[in-house]
Amino acid sequence: MQPDLHQKQQQQGIDVAVLVSIGRHPTTGRARRAEQDARGLELALAMEAELPGTRISMLHAGSQDDSSEAALRGYLGMATGVGMGLESMTLLEQPEGSDAIPALAKHLAATSPQLVITGARAERGEGSGLLPYALAEHLGWPLVNSLASVEKVENGVVTLLQALPRGQRRRLKVRLPAIISVDEAAPAARQSAFGPARRATFEITPTSPEADSELAQWHLAPARKRPKRLKIVKAASARDRFKAAASKSEGKGGQVLTDVTPEQGAEAIYKLLKEEDVLR
Amino acid sequence: MSEIIRRDPRREWIARNRLHPDHASVLAALGVNRGGAAVSEWLGPHGVVRKNPHAIGFIGPNDVKRIDRSGFQQGGQSAATTPVAQDSRRTVTIDQPAFLVAVVPDLTGGRLSAHDKDLLGLARRVADADADQPGAVVAILFGEHKGEGDGELKEQALGDAGIDRVVHLNDEFYAGFAPEARLAALSAVEREMMPRFWLLPDSPLGGADLGRRLALRLGERAATGVWQVEADNEASLGWRCTARGGAGSLDIQRPLPRVALALAECAEPVDETRHAAEQLTLAASIPTTLSRIEDLGQVAVDPAGVALAEAEFILSGGNGVKEWGAFHHAAKVLGATEGASRVAVDDGFMARDRQVGATGTWVTARVYMAVGISGAIQHLQGIQRCDKVVAINLDPGCDIIKRADLAVIGDSTQILAALVTMVEQQRGGQRDAA
Ligand SMILES: Cc1cc2nc3c(=O)[nH]c(=O)nc-3n(C[C@H](O)[C@H](O)[C@H](O)COP(=O)(O)OP(=O)(O)OC[C@H]3O[C@@H](n4cnc5c(N)ncnc54)[C@H](O)[C@@H]3O)c2cc1C
Repeated sequence: MQPDLHQKQQQQGIDVAVLVSIGRHPTTGRARRAEQDARGLELALAMEAELPGTRISMLHAGSQDDSSEAALRGYLGMATGVGMGLESMTLLEQPEGSDAIPALAKHLAATSPQLVITGARAERGEGSGLLPYALAEHLGWPLVNSLASVEKVENGVVTLLQALPRGQRRRLKVRLPAIISVDEAAPAARQSAFGPARRATFEITPTSPEADSELAQWHLAPARKRPKRLKIVKAASARDRFKAAASKSEGKGGQVLTDVTPEQGAEAIYKLLKEEDVLR
Repeated sequence: MSEIIRRDPRREWIARNRLHPDHASVLAALGVNRGGAAVSEWLGPHGVVRKNPHAIGFIGPNDVKRIDRSGFQQGGQSAATTPVAQDSRRTVTIDQPAFLVAVVPDLTGGRLSAHDKDLLGLARRVADADADQPGAVVAILFGEHKGEGDGELKEQALGDAGIDRVVHLNDEFYAGFAPEARLAALSAVEREMMPRFWLLPDSPLGGADLGRRLALRLGERAATGVWQVEADNEASLGWRCTARGGAGSLDIQRPLPRVALALAECAEPVDETRHAAEQLTLAASIPTTLSRIEDLGQVAVDPAGVALAEAEFILSGGNGVKEWGAFHHAAKVLGATEGASRVAVDDGFMARDRQVGATGTWVTARVYMAVGISGAIQHLQGIQRCDKVVAINLDPGCDIIKRADLAVIGDSTQILAALVTMVEQQRGGQRDAA
């Protein structure tokens, strides 16, 4: 009985919504598919391949014009077979400079997918990375950031691998529905193919846009180079300043064990490694 | 007394003329003569300080007169007044803070990271801006704090970083990935203390995640990627910040909101004052929430697959490693990523991409273990940013020993073998117990 049920769950798959934004090429500044969002879509496609019956829907809130359409088609071209759910995407139409969060939250609440995948930060505009958190707070769903991969979905619980700094991974179990955000740790996105991108269609849904008045008041400028931090030497005399600049740093003088047996030495090292918690 | 310096040219003339019969008495009257020795400094006729090089200095070896201008030996024989290296930090206690600035440091590996210290420096700037109404910095620490040393010293590390009050939450359910529990705790702090600002480091998987959750919970539009904060009277809270936006391509200037996530080097760390780091406890108990996220713990990753630049624990071998098979085995048992010095690479024992140093990789490991490496400057450059360095070497005089936090003098092969046996024994023991 149990495995049967399990099988059924497996086959049913889940509804996955992927939120995509319009990226910005770092050197030319042209619109393109955003790096992190494309990785998010890649993750969804990988889930679909592993979990038959998974339905992917793509969602973008923004205006409709030529350059953004070309960028969005970059995502649509990532489908490599028929029936991958990328024949069309939903566009919540709103003018440039409106707040995307209310529109997205409303749409997600209405369609209620089980899993929402977003990129960690947008490549244009404020790019604060607050959107996934705002949606999670609005919808009351758990959120996991910096995802590396989805391991399995079972009985409404998804098992994930979260990327930690220094190449480490952490396994998490999250109850669905949930939001996950993706950054550079997730697998790189595949190339976009021209044909499917061309053939795909947009489902345009009008929204009642709310202008982002706060952002309009801020002063936005191209990023300046950050000043390098100077090494400040607080010394009373010229001699001290010279010494600080010229001498190589000697360290604080650690512990030196001479005339010890290898076992004693190894024990001291073992203690330090344990203290630093690097032995697993 | 009037501020004007009254000068007596005749007396000054006598002071300069060593042969004048009144020379000594005039000098005494002028008060420039210290300790009865010859005068070395006085105010000249045009208000310029004159110096007599004959009066200072000492006779060095080989009967040559030496003058040390470092300030230690001023005025001839007064060498005994060498200042002892003393603690120069000013102690500051703020009993009645006008407001609070809450900081949630990452506390990576149980210590304040450099990023945390920069952030605390920023918190101090915000708190101390008005000298009449100083604010206090409250740090909320999750998990164990290791500090530098124990007892008193441990608290001192927090005080030195500029923390006035500490709320230390060290319960089990805050460990690992527990954003919901941590958020509940921060909400409790918010309710009880109402800090004026919340500052968190914008570091992946630390403050960046928690800070955004907190901002949304408090209903604030957080400033993220803040790298500059300036006073601004027009802003509602009195500060303006510059934040990175649009994937690092934009600088956004906006009033500083209540919640700010700052980048590293957003301010200078505190280095002149020492603060109380007084322990506070929360009056109300924190409601425990049923978490929908379950942390199953870290997954074992193959250390060899981790990029050298971001590895946490590196076992590095040099010319002093004689048994490479045993070295690789040790790396495997310890779970360390392998590194090498240039000589080991040139000799073909290790791959080129494993080289640490100026022409190799600049590593950032928390623990760097150098086995049979002499510590040439090109190698030391590569390990500048490592936290703890352990050295195993035969030569107690080589440079790596000066850099190392722990150095064991002895044969690398034997010590590594002993270490491997010890780790294997401990692991075996644990498995038996489990
Ligand atoms: C332009 C330039 C760039 C360079 N870039 C780099 C670089 O990026 N990285 C780098 O590493 N080097 C670099 N070097 C080389 C560097 O100067 C040193 O030559 C090299 O680091 C020395 O390697 P080592 O410490 O392994 O060898 P050695 O200097 O030979 O040191 C071996 C050490 O092992 C100890 N020892 C010997 N036998 C044992 C034993 N049985 N048990 C324990 N200890 C033992 C010895 O006491 C000695 O201290 C560069 C040099 C130049 C000129």
